Amino acid sequence: MTTAPLDKPMQIGKARLNHTQIFWIGFCVVMAVLIVAPLLLPEFWRRFLTESLIWGLLAMSSDLLIGYTGMVSFGHSAFFGLGMYGAAAALIAVKPPNLWLAIMFGLAGAGVAALFVAYFSTRLRDIYFAITTLIFSQIFYVIIFTWTEVTGGENGLIFDRPRLSVPFVYNVRFTSTTLHWFVLAVVAGSYLFLRRVTQSPFGMVLQSIRENEPRTLAIGYSVARYKMVAVMLSGLFAGLAGVLYAVQNEFAAPNFVFFLTSGETVIYNVIGGIGTLVGPIVGAGFFQLARELLSRFFGDQFPYLIPLGIVFIAMIIFLPQGILGFARRWLNR
Amino acid sequence: MGAIANFLHAIPLELIIIQTINGVVTGMILALIASGLTLIFGIMDVVNFAHGELFMLGAYVGVVIVAVTGSFWLGLIASALIVGIFGAALQIVTLRPLIGRDPLNTILATFGISLVLQNYALWQFGPVSRKIPDPMSSSFTLFYLQYPWYRIVIALLSAAIIGGFYLFLKYSKFGVWIRATAQDRVMAQAMGIPVPLVYTGVFAIGSAMAAASGVLFAPTTGVDHSMGLDWVLKAFIVVVVGGMGNLGGSILAAIFISLLESYAAIWLDPSQAVIVSFVALILTLLFRPTGLFVATPK
Amino acid sequence: MSVSADSTEPLVRVDDVHTYYGKSHILHGVSLTVQPGEVVGLLGRNGVGKSTTLKTIMGLVNPSHGTVLLDGNAITGLPPHRLARLGIGYVPEDRRIFRLLTVMENLRTGLDRGGVNEDRRRALLEKVFTYFPVLAERRSQAGGTLSGGEQQMLAIARAMMLEPKIILLDEPTEGLMPRMVSQIRRIIEVLHNDGVAILLVEQNVPLTLEASQRVYVMEKGSVRHHCAASEIDVHHPVIKQYLGL
Repeated sequence: MTTAPLDKPMQIGKARLNHTQIFWIGFCVVMAVLIVAPLLLPEFWRRFLTESLIWGLLAMSSDLLIGYTGMVSFGHSAFFGLGMYGAAAALIAVKPPNLWLAIMFGLAGAGVAALFVAYFSTRLRDIYFAITTLIFSQIFYVIIFTWTEVTGGENGLIFDRPRLSVPFVYNVRFTSTTLHWFVLAVVAGSYLFLRRVTQSPFGMVLQSIRENEPRTLAIGYSVARYKMVAVMLSGLFAGLAGVLYAVQNEFAAPNFVFFLTSGETVIYNVIGGIGTLVGPIVGAGFFQLARELLSRFFGDQFPYLIPLGIVFIAMIIFLPQGILGFARRWLNR
Repeated sequence: MGAIANFLHAIPLELIIIQTINGVVTGMILALIASGLTLIFGIMDVVNFAHGELFMLGAYVGVVIVAVTGSFWLGLIASALIVGIFGAALQIVTLRPLIGRDPLNTILATFGISLVLQNYALWQFGPVSRKIPDPMSSSFTLFYLQYPWYRIVIALLSAAIIGGFYLFLKYSKFGVWIRATAQDRVMAQAMGIPVPLVYTGVFAIGSAMAAASGVLFAPTTGVDHSMGLDWVLKAFIVVVVGGMGNLGGSILAAIFISLLESYAAIWLDPSQAVIVSFVALILTLLFRPTGLFVATPK
Repeated sequence: MSVSADSTEPLVRVDDVHTYYGKSHILHGVSLTVQPGEVVGLLGRNGVGKSTTLKTIMGLVNPSHGTVLLDGNAITGLPPHRLARLGIGYVPEDRRIFRLLTVMENLRTGLDRGGVNEDRRRALLEKVFTYFPVLAERRSQAGGTLSGGEQQMLAIARAMMLEPKIILLDEPTEGLMPRMVSQIRRIIEVLHNDGVAILLVEQNVPLTLEASQRVYVMEKGSVRHHCAASEIDVHHPVIKQYLGL
């Protein structure tokens, strides 16, 4: 009896599906559900779903660092916040507000922050890096909070949502449904892109860094460069999430830059399952849903972070691989 | 050079002295908090994100006890004891299962604990800040100010607590156990030292120190659920600048950073004065990452 | 004082122990015994698992299979600090004294136990300072400032503070000058006369054969030969075969 290689379809009587086919079928099913959903859901839940996707994108960007490179960063609130404020700057400064300009400004803002963090990422390990990224978030927070003339300080900035405009093709306002589809397209596209990245030789080196950094260095890889690129990528996608948030909610506020946002992002990662890319999206959704349900059941003032925090701690102790952790190997093939 | 001299002359000497005293007072509180943090990190390799919340809890427990008994000193001692025991319980339930795992886990777990504690405090005590009345209302005249004696007492007490702890560490049996465990956990066990108990004890001591700082500091500002956040950030900066695990270094760094912020407050808004500590951190990480106050860079 | 009748319950019995480091299968069913007060040698080349056997007994490594018994009671899986209190002393390869603690503090880590009154403390310290006068001289010095030979003595003295029933000695003469080697030889004799059992891992065959009552020879993670020390000498084929001498 010869055994067939694992990645080829196995012929046992009926044709069986191989891994790639199963993945794409699953992906299409999920996409179909998410595309149809806004048509069926009431307004509140439509926006809720969109916003969960945005937080999911943020969490996914963080997973590139935590799950694949093994670097814990509390700096994502800085990337997210600067993406948000960058977009705000474009939407306020240039009339009529232009979507693509907002994206560019936002990415530029996040890119600057990422450059900062990337530099330090190469000189610091583990705990020092985590603490430093936290401090960076706080530096940006203080600057944004106190530089009231430019950033609106405590009150943040309010602006108008741009129209979806493709030059010479069309120019329409976003409805909450079309905005949802736009966000979905961006998030799905980001996922597929990041998946390609993690499965590429580059991604393999990142994972090797996570497993055993000294050995990776000894083999001859320029670990510092790989880390910097990872941080830049992660920062850019986090900034993209910030832009989407600004576009959806039409405001920018400093509290998103506070390091607690990074902390919550990391929570989504852990709950959903690190190293899976899609797990953090699930984690974000789960967390937002739990929070919404808890406040509906127990009232607005209910400190939802107490039970959710306890769940988080319990998961670290008993289920560190997260909700989708069991599927981690499968999702990465 | 001349311009700088003129600039410095323009600042009244009295202001500098006042800010120096303020800096030292705050520095001593910060030193007490940072000592607990660096102790926990040095012995157990745990980055305790919840340390600020233990400080905050200590202050709240102090508020409650002082309200009930009317005695500040009773509040101080009781709070340290209660929070110390709470810290031990916390360590046994959430951190002991994580020993031996990737340090990422403890960072996340202590972060989760800090979230839960913060929100608990907000829920239990509400958003309005509480106060602990000054245990002594007398003050002395410092130039044009009435400087409360209490602030000097805080600094002295903090120094006393740190000093007492140092003696404990150096001479007592448990102190030897702690130091042996810090140097070689495996051989400490082989010598019969119950290392899991040492870890719990160290966490309890760190928690008690944080709580004591909370009670000592409370009369000078209000007590609210977010007071831990500012302090834990500063404490982390102090611990990194002073050299992680280096007790003497953290104390010096605490005073250094507080003085920097105090002087900066002469020109800047207090909420902006924190930038100097951030800058100090960045410079340390760039040029002397093992700590500014470490004897030789490793 | 030297008991060697096999019918009495051994002090330490290692029974078919398998130990892994990650995926590496280091010990393949090791079995040995040590009688109370006996000196037992464990010989073998580098890397055959002699140190791992000691670490397994001391609870520093958990076996995946098999048991370790002390006085007839199973101790497998107990934490090392319990075993130290139960009477197992451990002197590791490369000594591992607490470098930043003084000599006195190093001794205190073993001395500061419950149930040791002031008199016994003083007696223990006196005994150790008599055997190792250099430690008495350097008692306030940091352990890290001692020479290699002095550190080795401190490591042994520290284990003696536990008043153990058995001391696990891992390559005590490694890297020591000949004068120190004979001093180690004398200390083993003194401990033996005191009734302390010793499981001695050594590369120095003549020393081991001289000091021990019985020897085991290991290769590739298991015991290949076992006999009374008097039955063989350095030129014996068993030694040639398993130690390549």
